[in-house]
Amino acid sequence: MNTRATATLHGWLLLLPAMACLALFTHWPAVASFIDSFYSTPRGRRPARFIGLDNYQQMLADPIFWKAMTNNLWFALGTVPTSIALALLMAVWVNDRILARTWVRMAYFTPTVLPMIAVANIWLFFFTPQYGLLEQIVAFFGGRPTNWLGSQDTALYAVTIVAVWKEAGFFMIFYLAALQTIPPSLGEAAAIEGASRWTYFRRIQFPLLMPTTLFVLINAMINAFRMVDHLFVMTRGGPDNATTLLLYYIYQVGFSFWDTAYAAALTCVLLALLALIAFIQYGWLERRTHYR
Amino acid sequence: MDRREFMTGAMALAGSVAMPALARAQQAAEISFFYPVAVGGPITKLIDAYASGFAGENASLKVNPIYAGTYQETIVKALTAHKSGTPPVLSVLLSTDMFTLIDEDAIVPFDEFVKTDEDKKWLASFFPGFMENSQTGGKTWGIPFQRSTVVLYWNKELFKEAGLDPETPPKTWAEQLAFAQKLTKRDAAGNVTQWGIQIPSSGFPYWLFQGLSTQAGSILANPAGDKTDYANPAVVEALQYWVDLAQKHKVHPPGIVEWGTTPRDFFERKVAMMWTTTGNLTNVRTNAKFPFGVGLLPAGKRLGSPTGGGNFYISKKASKAEQEAAFKFVRWITTPERAAQWSIDTGYVAVRPDSYETAAMKKYAADFPAALVARDQLPHAVAELSTHENQRVTKALNDGLQAALTGTKAPQKAMEDAQAEAERILKPYR
Amino acid sequence: MSAAAKPAKLPAGSITRTDPYAPTGLSLTLESFGAILLALIWVLPLAYAVWAAFHPSEFTTRFELTAPLTLENFSRAWAAAPFARYFLNTFVLVTLILACQLVLGTLAAYALARQDFWGRDVAFALILAQLMIMPDALIVENYRTMAKFGLVDTITAIALPYIASAFGIFLLRQTFKTVPKELDDAARVEGASPLQVLMKVYVPLAKPTYIAYGLVSVSYHWNNFLWPLLVTNSVEARPLTVGLQVFSSTDQGIDWAVICAATLMTSAPLLVGFLLFQRQFVQSFMRAGIK
Repeated sequence: MNTRATATLHGWLLLLPAMACLALFTHWPAVASFIDSFYSTPRGRRPARFIGLDNYQQMLADPIFWKAMTNNLWFALGTVPTSIALALLMAVWVNDRILARTWVRMAYFTPTVLPMIAVANIWLFFFTPQYGLLEQIVAFFGGRPTNWLGSQDTALYAVTIVAVWKEAGFFMIFYLAALQTIPPSLGEAAAIEGASRWTYFRRIQFPLLMPTTLFVLINAMINAFRMVDHLFVMTRGGPDNATTLLLYYIYQVGFSFWDTAYAAALTCVLLALLALIAFIQYGWLERRTHYR
Repeated sequence: MDRREFMTGAMALAGSVAMPALARAQQAAEISFFYPVAVGGPITKLIDAYASGFAGENASLKVNPIYAGTYQETIVKALTAHKSGTPPVLSVLLSTDMFTLIDEDAIVPFDEFVKTDEDKKWLASFFPGFMENSQTGGKTWGIPFQRSTVVLYWNKELFKEAGLDPETPPKTWAEQLAFAQKLTKRDAAGNVTQWGIQIPSSGFPYWLFQGLSTQAGSILANPAGDKTDYANPAVVEALQYWVDLAQKHKVHPPGIVEWGTTPRDFFERKVAMMWTTTGNLTNVRTNAKFPFGVGLLPAGKRLGSPTGGGNFYISKKASKAEQEAAFKFVRWITTPERAAQWSIDTGYVAVRPDSYETAAMKKYAADFPAALVARDQLPHAVAELSTHENQRVTKALNDGLQAALTGTKAPQKAMEDAQAEAERILKPYR
Repeated sequence: MSAAAKPAKLPAGSITRTDPYAPTGLSLTLESFGAILLALIWVLPLAYAVWAAFHPSEFTTRFELTAPLTLENFSRAWAAAPFARYFLNTFVLVTLILACQLVLGTLAAYALARQDFWGRDVAFALILAQLMIMPDALIVENYRTMAKFGLVDTITAIALPYIASAFGIFLLRQTFKTVPKELDDAARVEGASPLQVLMKVYVPLAKPTYIAYGLVSVSYHWNNFLWPLLVTNSVEARPLTVGLQVFSSTDQGIDWAVICAATLMTSAPLLVGFLLFQRQFVQSFMRAGIK
């Protein structure tokens, strides 16, 4: 019993620094957001007071909030599957002995090391009407000119493309590392069985990559709610909130309108969404682990 | 301690890891001064030079300028610093932030420092158009410093090509449209290769729209800042004119026109006339490879343009002595000569008429007459839209404008929605 | 799988096995073509940045091979903002964060991997919560905390929310779990204290994990923007990303030539580092078992 007590003491002492930081900057702020969301925003000489669910009622009636939610959903649907599929494709390609492999791998990875806030300016040029790069290409093929960022129909696609470009290469590294740990003997055995390449990928490689896919999936989902840097440069959430994502709206409400209580309520929604994703994925993860 | 030494020393690094700049500044018992930079050029160096010039003349006082980013970032920083207890004594913030700062109980009016007749004369020496945004409830809360206004830039070469007099800009809305029609060029496939006119609508469309709405004869918000008039028929008419330029007459690019790329569009000859800030004068002068003109915005029912830019504000939380010192600095930096030099160096409008009578300004204007357009427009200029909860009320208008320009709402409906939202926000302030 | 104990040989470029599914002939050509095409698209923004940065601004939007080269954009960018100071700040920031993350992560991971004690599973769950509740979501409350501590506008304030990293703890825990128990026991028999065992046995074996995690952490925090934007005011605390944004968002519109020069300048250390070490980078990931 005494050794057990000592072990507990040692264990918690080792955990203490990390736990203290997490408590202060993750657990407490999450709880504090929840508490603050039931109070009004203090302004000047008016202190905060308890207002119950008013902030949430305001949210339900706030069209910009709903717009941000729908946008974020489409943004997630646009970025998550696309970037994972592209990452896998890139990894498979780069894993084969293709021409200029080192160079190609480097090209895929460069977006990861470039700051989003900087490349957003470059993408802004690509999307600029008339003389932007995309327009020059479209015009070359005789297409109609489009104001990519200035139209409500295309702006969200444009910012989605930038996000996919930014993260696919990063996920590729994980797939590549995983692919290279698949024993070559599996391929040889499958070849003896006469399996086609597609069958080999589908039946052997892809299932073996499943843990990686789950890991990447979680990251991609979180990123779908985290990546807003490029909005600051490319659209500022416009036109008419067509590219406002939830975190960007929290930034606006919290640090531009100074409505910290409403921002806290919005934060709670974001946290609930993330928790929901975690819940679904852990449920899935559990089953996968069992299956393995 | 010398500022440069402070910044480069290892101590400064240790300081910046753990100690906020404000605390670092106040240790040395200085007047901390937050300012934004919104135009290119060596603004930081100019401000530092002013600070050391002031220190040279006033041995007992020292101004410590802190470059705090864009306007948006500077107000964020000044307000949070106010809330956490150690705000900068002096800051340059948007003139439109006045109501927000009053509501947060963050600033003191200048009236209590204005004592002598000379002080009173100084207070009366600014362009009235700038003071509209600096005064409310009979008190002066801000002093104009880096101020601007919207003007029309046109490409003289393209005017000539289109058979227009390169020296004459459009004077009225009708002329503006007629000129733009002549200046819009299409290729064989019907795609536009050169637009007639461009009014930027990203980020802060309300500011440029205020030119149109003022010309249509309306004022967007009351001086008390607690009521907007977005759904006024004149406002809707102004928006209709803008929307028609793009959608009906097709002389203005459809959708949202990016503020940041508009000067570049102009340099690339993709647009013949653009509306943008006087703050762009130096930029256009350096980068346009063709002769260009600068003129007043065309008149609708009247001439009109909004003012913009930043005012000096003095913190309420500072000590009396610090406030007095800050006031002294503000008076020092806004003399006619310094205001003129500041305008020449940065492209901002000199904030007082007598600056334009100084020798330096006369010499500059002789060389570059476009610099005087802002002065000529100022008698017709109105206050930039500013209300309580300014960011939110302005965003309601921005969203409505963008909805109309992208074609998702009719101008009438867009302005009604914006007005309803502004009403909801402003009701508690009446 | 045993990550740390894995044989260290399997570098990406020099695989000698025969892969029956390796594409040959036409399919290799097609695959190479597809891969290179995608690579060209992917590298386009960087290529454009290089173009715009090294040519005068009138060629920013015109691509003529005869355009004159210039370094003026770099000197203009360097003169327009205190980039030297921003570099220093970012360097201090990523070093500070990484050092804290490694120390805190190692201690916590060791406890979770090899100590059996009361409350361990609860602690692990609490740590994993951060994988989902990322610090970016908590900007409003974390700002308030920093203001309370008087830390706003310091490099410490940028670093604090990130120094305990659930991702790092999780990775290290997985790696530590693969260390053979016998090594641990043997060290203890020789009289080593738990901390000595950690330093002598576990840390050396987890080197690939440290490298892979370090690279992810450095590139993440070098490029992080939103939180540093909120929590810094002055040149003395501002990292490169925020400096870059402040510098490129003026009222005068966008000058791509100078912005691209500044972009290249600010990302050069990471880019060059990756070019030089990309093989080791992939290997570390592989051996760290991050997959």
